Amino acid sequence: MDIPRDKLLEIYERMVTIRKFEDRVHDEYAAGRIPGFVHLYAGEEAVAVGVCAHLSDADSITSTHRGHGHCIAKGVGVNEMMAELYGRATGACKGKGGSMHIADIDRGMLGANGIVGGGVPLACGAALTAQVQGSGVVAVSFFGDGGANEGTFHEGLNLAAIWKLPAIFVVENNRYAQSTSVKYASAGGDIAARAQAYGIPGVTVDGLDLFDVYETTGAAIDRARAGDGPTLLECQTYRFYGHYEGDTQGYRSREEIEEYRTNHCAILRFRNRVTEQGLVAADELDAIDAQVADAIDAAVEFAANSPFPDASEVTTDVYVNYQEVI
Amino acid sequence: MMGEERTLTLGLAIREALHQEMERDPTVIIMGEDIVGGAGSDEPGAEDSWGGPMGITRGLVGKFGHNRVRDTPISEAGFIGAAVGAAATGLRPIAALMFIDFFGIPMDQIYNQGAKLRYMFGGKAKVPMVIRALIGAGVNAAAQHSQSLYSIFTHIPGLKVVIPTTPYDAKGLLISAIRDDDPVFFLEHKTLLGERGPVPEEPYTVPLGVAEIRREGSDVTVVAIAKMVNVALSAAEILESEGVSVEVIDPRTLSPLDGGTILDSVEKTGRLVIVDEDTPRCSLATDIAALAADEAFYSLEAPIKRITAPHTPVPFSPTLENAYIPSPEQVVAAVREVMAV
Ligand SMILES: Cc1ncc(C[n+]2csc(CCOP(=O)(O)OP(=O)(O)O)c2C)c(N)n1
Ligand SMILES: [Mg+2]
Repeated sequence: MDIPRDKLLEIYERMVTIRKFEDRVHDEYAAGRIPGFVHLYAGEEAVAVGVCAHLSDADSITSTHRGHGHCIAKGVGVNEMMAELYGRATGACKGKGGSMHIADIDRGMLGANGIVGGGVPLACGAALTAQVQGSGVVAVSFFGDGGANEGTFHEGLNLAAIWKLPAIFVVENNRYAQSTSVKYASAGGDIAARAQAYGIPGVTVDGLDLFDVYETTGAAIDRARAGDGPTLLECQTYRFYGHYEGDTQGYRSREEIEEYRTNHCAILRFRNRVTEQGLVAADELDAIDAQVADAIDAAVEFAANSPFPDASEVTTDVYVNYQEVI
Repeated sequence: MMGEERTLTLGLAIREALHQEMERDPTVIIMGEDIVGGAGSDEPGAEDSWGGPMGITRGLVGKFGHNRVRDTPISEAGFIGAAVGAAATGLRPIAALMFIDFFGIPMDQIYNQGAKLRYMFGGKAKVPMVIRALIGAGVNAAAQHSQSLYSIFTHIPGLKVVIPTTPYDAKGLLISAIRDDDPVFFLEHKTLLGERGPVPEEPYTVPLGVAEIRREGSDVTVVAIAKMVNVALSAAEILESEGVSVEVIDPRTLSPLDGGTILDSVEKTGRLVIVDEDTPRCSLATDIAALAADEAFYSLEAPIKRITAPHTPVPFSPTLENAYIPSPEQVVAAVREVMAV
């Protein structure tokens, strides 16, 4: 599948934005400027970006506790994202959600999720809306290898399969769930193969290769839009940082992390391929790197200079309408 | 030195109770996500590198082996349901749910199965199991990792609910919970795990259903739950300087609840303030207020006051979370209000 030049540049920009955003959040967190629990997506960029490159704001995605990459890939702005992580009133969720609940419903980003497997049925619901309304949009659920062991995964796949929902289930198999290896936790070893049980296609994808993700997702989306039902994609990938910020990572070696960072970096791989094939010039990509670096600096400045929400905000947004007299 | 007491953190007191009970009783097993850690890795040192939240369960696998100490997939309905089934057939499982907020996933196995088997089977079954989980706000963990939720389990007949607030109680209550023949929720407030206090080395029990008077006083009774005990004690300090004598009661177990200790205190002081980090509707605060209204009405000299979180999810931003959690100042204000009557 040929990707138009403009699209290649956009894809690169999104991947670099995720990487630089996460690197910066890592530093900001270490400096004590971001509170709470934070899980970084660096290393896995090709999955979110390769999938979301096919989507418009009208298509929906559901995400995980590791949600910053999905946000950026879906077009959420880094200013409101950084402000959300900082807990500021200008954040994407007015400071109410934080990293684990970052969302932008206008962009079809139905939220990071603090509950493993929590997004799978929600994506079925978004696909149900599309089917009932005949809107032609699709829903994508991103979740981890660990998430594929929740009942919600199995129930969601079965439901989507019997109703032929326009859904794509994207497993981000980064080999670990917290400290637990997928080799221990996943019976059968092959998560994509679970699709067979539900009579839908299951495809193993090199999640570190943007082009592989892009192509397989394209086919899955065509199938979904044609009314032929859901697809399960197992994208094999790797996270560069610990499970959460503060993780001492005794369960994997420094060499393993270094090996992935140096030899299996999805961004480097993309860069090498498009420049070697003469699709894009290296200095164009350099210019994007510089722009993104500025944008991330600006996002931090925006966040740091934004006010905290007023305490009165605690009780707003619980309901649409709630009259109670006590 | 004679009489020098050994101290432990609340988290390590829990670890010691787990070790001692697993040693004492071979039917005790423990399972949960990453309670060992490094499962499936060939990396030297990977095994036991996680040890559950705060590393509390680290060291168990080395002593008791993988047959009794199991990492699980992220499948709470599966492994907590398995704990119910194992409990009904001869084991004493301890299931680690990590954050109480995840209870929704295994809840059917807990409340339709575990809590009711004995009753439905005419008293012919028992389900001796413990579910350990972290509760509470205060670390900006946001809406799905900060809830209290203990009122939900307290509401369900067949379940017991325990919340230790000191390291001493943590060890003694956990040992009681493990030896208890009914399903027990053992809830650990995440901001209390690092609290240090005296803990005897030998195994001992603290009985379920017995409250503890944390501070004696004569003017007003403050019943406080989980971390709110510390909030109430801070408030009591402030109030002492104003000449108000506050009695602080820590129920320690919410089900069964030691209503006697609470009512005796209310009869003595004539005033009751309840401090509960949970949301206010159908809550422990409401439950305890109803108890006092029913049983100690004629002793009350002022209306009962409840200080709780608002009827909202737990917000992320520090300014919002600080406003959400009941504060010593709110307790002081409530006590002043009832004292003014
Ligand atoms: C229902 C539920 N159980 C457990 C957790 C705790 N938890 C958070 S992330 C995580 C591991 C998830 O692993 P995976 O699905 O592979 O995603 P990854 O972190 O690797 O991206 C666990 C166990 C949770 N948040 N929700
Ligand atoms: Mg994973």
